[in-house]
Amino acid sequence: MRRALTVFHALGLMLVVFSISYLIPVIASLVYDDGTLIDFLLAMIWTAGIGLLLWLLTRRYKGELSIRHGYLLVVAMWTAMPAVATLPLLLAIDGLSFTDAYFEAMSGITTTGATVLTGLDMLPPAINLWRHELNWLGGLGIIVLAVAVLPLLGVGGRQLFKAETPGPMKDAALTPRIAETARNLWVVYLAITLICIAALKWAGMNWLDAICHAFAAMGLGGFSTHDASVGYFNSPLIEFVLIVFMLVSVLNFATHFLAWRGRSLNIYLRDAEAVASLGLILASCIVIALFLLWQHVYQDFWTALRHASFNLVSIATSSGFASVDYAQWPIFAPLWMMFLTAIAASSGSTGGGIKMIRTLVLVKQAGREFVKLLHPAAVNPMKIGGQVIANNIVFAVLGFIFLYFMSIVTLTFVLLITGMDFISALTAVLASINNCGPGLGTVGPASNYSGLTDFQTWVCTFAMLIGRLEIFTVLILFTPHFWRR
Amino acid sequence: MKILILGAGQVGSTVAESLVGEANDITVVDFDAEKLRQLQDRLDLRTLVGNAAHPSILEQAGIADTDILLAVTQSDEVNMVACKLAASLYNTPTRIARIRATDYLERQELFSTDNFCVDFSICPERILTEYIVKLIEFPEALQVLEFAGGRVSLVAVRAIEGGPLVGRPLRFLRTDMPQIDTRVAAIFRQDRSINMSGDTVVEAGDEVFFIAATEHIRTVMQELRRMDKPAKRVMIVGGGNIGRRLARRLERSYQVKLIEFNKKSCASLAADLTNTLVLNGDGTDEKLMQQENVREVDVFCALTNDDENNIMSSLLAKQGGARKVISLINRSAYVGLVQGGKIDIALSPAQVTIGSLLAYVRQGDVAAVHSLRRGAAEALELVAHGDRQSSKVVGRRIDEIDSPKGATIGAIVRGEQVIIAHHDTVIEAEDHIIVFVNDKSMVRKVEKLFQVNLGFF
Repeated sequence: MRRALTVFHALGLMLVVFSISYLIPVIASLVYDDGTLIDFLLAMIWTAGIGLLLWLLTRRYKGELSIRHGYLLVVAMWTAMPAVATLPLLLAIDGLSFTDAYFEAMSGITTTGATVLTGLDMLPPAINLWRHELNWLGGLGIIVLAVAVLPLLGVGGRQLFKAETPGPMKDAALTPRIAETARNLWVVYLAITLICIAALKWAGMNWLDAICHAFAAMGLGGFSTHDASVGYFNSPLIEFVLIVFMLVSVLNFATHFLAWRGRSLNIYLRDAEAVASLGLILASCIVIALFLLWQHVYQDFWTALRHASFNLVSIATSSGFASVDYAQWPIFAPLWMMFLTAIAASSGSTGGGIKMIRTLVLVKQAGREFVKLLHPAAVNPMKIGGQVIANNIVFAVLGFIFLYFMSIVTLTFVLLITGMDFISALTAVLASINNCGPGLGTVGPASNYSGLTDFQTWVCTFAMLIGRLEIFTVLILFTPHFWRR
Repeated sequence: MKILILGAGQVGSTVAESLVGEANDITVVDFDAEKLRQLQDRLDLRTLVGNAAHPSILEQAGIADTDILLAVTQSDEVNMVACKLAASLYNTPTRIARIRATDYLERQELFSTDNFCVDFSICPERILTEYIVKLIEFPEALQVLEFAGGRVSLVAVRAIEGGPLVGRPLRFLRTDMPQIDTRVAAIFRQDRSINMSGDTVVEAGDEVFFIAATEHIRTVMQELRRMDKPAKRVMIVGGGNIGRRLARRLERSYQVKLIEFNKKSCASLAADLTNTLVLNGDGTDEKLMQQENVREVDVFCALTNDDENNIMSSLLAKQGGARKVISLINRSAYVGLVQGGKIDIALSPAQVTIGSLLAYVRQGDVAAVHSLRRGAAEALELVAHGDRQSSKVVGRRIDEIDSPKGATIGAIVRGEQVIIAHHDTVIEAEDHIIVFVNDKSMVRKVEKLFQVNLGFF
């Protein structure tokens, strides 16, 4: 337990740093004079205070963290940050329960984008900005976590490329030091966000909407400042800009960094994951558009393509914006979109799901089994992007997939016990564990998660957390081995 | 000429053997005293034990007055350093190095006089691979050799019943294919060259050498035998240096299966190759061959280091139904033994690769040399210089040239133009002339013929 206290020492420091993030809504409340200034200042003081207290109380246990406590720290961060982030929501919105506030904050930090709030258009601008900032921070956090920290813990997609052979794909370590890597990724993320804000402003949003939607798009969160989501704007240009930036965010930011440093777009072609992610999403857009045309949902191809591509990209990248109520489309289209959200995002992006790299491993493993049957003597290593993937990593991926499916099945059953209908239960779990946002049925794009009971809300909150932290990281804390010395 | 050879391996000893016969002073340097002793037992040359990249050893080997340095040790680095030393310290005029690593070969500027001073780099594996690739491209041919940057080819093909020309005199070649110009350079019947004229009748079983522009060789071959379907499925046994290169070269255009015995090599091959099916197993395991459908294989290549293994697996493959089998055989005694029997082509790596080395060593302006018929015959690409006074060939019609017996001028490349030689063709300066010599002892006379008289300078 003494080591666990070391974790809380680090956590205290993190919370103090986190309290700085209230500055953006503080500035917004000053600009818009929406009466939330005092709430945010209070929240800032409380957060900093709690952090400082934790830090001071555990100061005697200051020390190096072991890998084992890395798991604990990551999970503690991802549960504590939403907890303190609820403060301004609880203070500013009357009648909001802690359960709902925690769900909302968790949804923000895990870049899920599911909401229990209605009347988003009526919320004070600073509160909306705060929600979106959580999306953005969560996205930043997960990139740094996925590219720089999780590989150290042996979790996460990019460990696949930690293979010893040199090659173009070996970008697990972009720079020799983690801190340096994290800083570089941070700069890339910030730069793209600024471009996104400018592009959205140019496309016709006001500054607040531009900043909020840029935050949500970069984090692939999918919060919106309007109940009607992006449908409120009804602008093909805005939808196009958002599509572009969602597709940017669904790629590995390490690849963005390499491309930016090498000033070359070829880097993207060499990233097998990026090619597969983009290819799958773009091909799906066209197929769904043709499907909608065939089903007479839309009367001309361009309208069909516009709505199909925006909503599909939004769901497949696990953002969760909506421009129309796609739940009304024939069931193939929304279910295919829910399927993509589970597999299409690249590792090291802000998207959720099992990540494209694991999908590729699964597909190739299936191919290997066929070759093995036809040619028993064949030596057929798994190769992705020209690089050999070791068998133990393939096993780790298979283990992950099993855990992922079991989590979905178990949590769906839990929701079914509480009396939810099947489609809503399944898609709520899928949307939460893949950090996508809207599901179908009662949690579809036209409604939200406010209709859920407290217990159901907590189940979804838990699903978001395990999905975001790649399942192993969270569930390992529940194994007896973890706590044994 | 004084020639210094570094490295007494496969390449080094074959080159030594072939150059010794041409009255050169040869010194061979190697680490391995045993290898050198064996070489000295057979050949009249000087040997020296030591590190070929050390100046003191080079000096002892007499580099100071050496005309040609041939650095052909196992190590690219040693070869490059030796060339650099020879250039900077001893001003050796010609420096040739064997370079195998593609990493080096891709950066030709490394070999410039500012860097490693390698005048010519040769890569025997690459030459051998290209040679096999040609044989797979033209499965009917026994040998395909390119001259003048690939514009002209010399092809050896066995005449088989069913070819329109078989059983008819050679002069019908022209009437059968009026639009295509070709020249039959030699015909070997029962392993002996026969004297040819327009009335010579081609018999089934003859080995016919003809020269034609590269794009025409398929058509000419059709005259001599029934053509098969182009090859699609290739099976390679042995994933060594050559097997790996060949698989990499072929895997985009053919279905390639590669059998390798060593598990570790298999893993490395499979990582390296993208479209090749790498199989772990013994090349002489007929069960494995059947399982992998050897009877559907168009070309089977046995390329291990072991001659006996190669022969056995080729025989098994042929028996199993492979259409054409190629076997790599190092021991020259075996080559004559097996070729023409069940094994379609017995390849001697030394014979295939030595030509490119010899081209640099030979007197006169020789652009390419290829060994034919296991070293008994030779095809040369020579460049004619001078004018009617200084040269014995320039400005003369082919029937005016006093060419040695057994030498046939096959084709002339003038700039981009390919001219198939006829008795009235006139040779001009700077022409590249492809000469077929059916007896190797005549090669020196041919070279002399093309040398420019002293008056030219």
